[in-house]
Amino acid sequence: MLTKKHLALLASAGSISLAGMATAQADTLEDTIERGAVQCGVSDGLPGFSAPDDDGNWQGLDVDVCRAVAAAVLGDAEAVNYISLNAVERFTALQSGEVDVLSRNTTWTTTRDTTLGLNFTGVNFYDGQGFMVSRDLGITGADELDGASICIQSGTTTELNLADYFRANDMEFNPIVFDTSEQTVGGYQAGRCDVLTSDTSQLAALRIQLDDPEASMILSDVISKEPLGPVVRQGDDLWFNIVKWSLFAMINAEEYGVTSENAEEMLNSENPDVARLLGQDGNYGEGMNLEADWAYNIISQVGNYAESFERNVGMDSPLEIERGVNALWNDGGFQYAPPIR
Amino acid sequence: MSVRPNVRPAGHKPPFWRDRAKRALIFQLILVAVVAAFLIYIIGNTQANLSARGITTGFGFLGNTAGFGIGQTLIEYSSQSTYGRTFVIGLLNTLLVGGLGVIAASIIGFIVGIARLSPNWLIAKLANAYIETFRNIPLLLQIFFWYFAVLRTLPSARESMAFGEAIFLNVRGLYLPQPLFESGFGLIPVTFVVAIIASIALIVWNKRRHEATGKRLPVFWMSLVIIFGLPLLVLVATGVPITWEMPVLRGFNFGGGITIIPEFLALWLALSIYTASFIAEIVRSGIQAIPHGQTEAAQALSLPRKLVLRLVVIPQAMRVIIPPLTSQYLNLIKNSSLATAIGYPDLVSVFAGTTLNQTGQAIEVIAMTMAVYLIISLLVSMFMNWFNARVALVER
Repeated sequence: MLTKKHLALLASAGSISLAGMATAQADTLEDTIERGAVQCGVSDGLPGFSAPDDDGNWQGLDVDVCRAVAAAVLGDAEAVNYISLNAVERFTALQSGEVDVLSRNTTWTTTRDTTLGLNFTGVNFYDGQGFMVSRDLGITGADELDGASICIQSGTTTELNLADYFRANDMEFNPIVFDTSEQTVGGYQAGRCDVLTSDTSQLAALRIQLDDPEASMILSDVISKEPLGPVVRQGDDLWFNIVKWSLFAMINAEEYGVTSENAEEMLNSENPDVARLLGQDGNYGEGMNLEADWAYNIISQVGNYAESFERNVGMDSPLEIERGVNALWNDGGFQYAPPIR
Repeated sequence: MSVRPNVRPAGHKPPFWRDRAKRALIFQLILVAVVAAFLIYIIGNTQANLSARGITTGFGFLGNTAGFGIGQTLIEYSSQSTYGRTFVIGLLNTLLVGGLGVIAASIIGFIVGIARLSPNWLIAKLANAYIETFRNIPLLLQIFFWYFAVLRTLPSARESMAFGEAIFLNVRGLYLPQPLFESGFGLIPVTFVVAIIASIALIVWNKRRHEATGKRLPVFWMSLVIIFGLPLLVLVATGVPITWEMPVLRGFNFGGGITIIPEFLALWLALSIYTASFIAEIVRSGIQAIPHGQTEAAQALSLPRKLVLRLVVIPQAMRVIIPPLTSQYLNLIKNSSLATAIGYPDLVSVFAGTTLNQTGQAIEVIAMTMAVYLIISLLVSMFMNWFNARVALVER
């Protein structure tokens, strides 16, 4: 018996076999305009990054990337079809054209960037892998985890980092690999494992879903680099540029102080950077076959990077993740967007 | 006209499309050509599309280092092993749960199936309730039930249930002592093989003697004694060259001994109990398919009741039971791929899950996985067909 996941995979693999040759060089921008919506691959429910709210609308930091692309291309941030994907089926779905942007807390690695026919367009969240443990174990550091049973979600870079970390520190561990993050939390709560490991941002999201969040704590050790970002298919440079610069526009907007609230006043700004960003001085959307107000649409409808961050994962959200390394470059973080000129 | 349409002049051959044999041959050739053309198109198109999208293809990835851990490994494995090794690990885990599942499901199924025909009202109703309950609940839910419902009731590692000082049960699994064989143990398996050969010789001799003289010996019990008694005798004579490695609580978990992980237990239980409910019905229908006249006729020949069952009823019932039983075995093995839902490291979870995602070689990995299930299923049905041909009634 095959699970739903594998049926979806089979269908995607089959569609690569059956797809006509023409679709390989498809013009994603044209297709998107014709469809009137961006096909966006998101997670199967990760609060703060991509999860439906009480009204069934998708919300999150990753969702905002999709909305930004829709705002830039179609002028309407709501014109997005969200397709929920698990960790295993996400790349196949993108390769086969089921989605046009994959914005699903995906770690940028060499293998994924070079052998899957995909391109990462940037980093919308700098993350690292951490551990969540039960408080009554009395553990304070990751180096005390020798011999522990560890719950992991299948198909993530987490599995590799974990094996590397334990081998490098000459420790033993016992992995229990689950299919979805829900089942992983289920195994952790049932006491099947001592430790739940994932990216620290995800741990924060998973912890608030526990029956008793206070009984668990996240260790301060971070064992890996996890740059998370949107992914597109290789071979359509125009679309690659659009997705890349949609994110850059949000980061630049934060740097120049343009927000969803003041964007309209800023149209009259004297600042040349702001004037170029908002399309008042030259048309920087032209090279991407977009209107001059592409970035204005993103900022007025989705907001700048800081707004998106605080609303979804930052202090205004239940996750309460600090900006830390995700602050702007001139504020002690890594977030740095090339200038618009 | 006096010419009859069906009579052809001598020496005149009909055109080939009027010849049934040739026509059939042509249709088959056309079919083969169409299938071949379709396959060539699909494979060519896949390769073209993959290379057009810049996706790496081929089976070279199997030699690369896997770099991830697996919870249950029957053979040596570390994160430094290759992706090819993860395939073997996953395959062995699938075969383990499939093989043990088939055995357990057959035993439970035959017992419940016979119990269902019991003249005892309570036993028959209990068997009936078992069948109706377990075959009408989706398997995935049963797996979740055994895993999450049963798991949550077990104590944590530090408060394990202990049976003596050797066996421990907790939420992390069942811990058993592991036998370590010392030198001199090699004699035991040798004795075991000798005992089996001796038993076979005894059975053959008994059969010939029975045909010649009509006398029988209780060979079943005799061979049982030989097969188990002889190695036991040698074991005691050599001074029991076995030591037991006991599981000991170290830090988070028990170390040493044999660990049976709860994922395996949950999956094995769920698969066995679910499939057994179908097998029970198959066994019942097989027994009921034998007309009562057969039993009466055998009794009229003054065969004892045991032989009536063994020589008359069961051989005929097996003819009815085996073909649907084969399907149930195949279902059980294929259903074991639901393991991925509870984290049992079977082929689908390890290879078509983690390995696929780490390498991104979806088509190769899924094709290999499908081929494995196909081959396992074909082998099982081949064996069952052979077995069926052997037990089938030889009609004269």
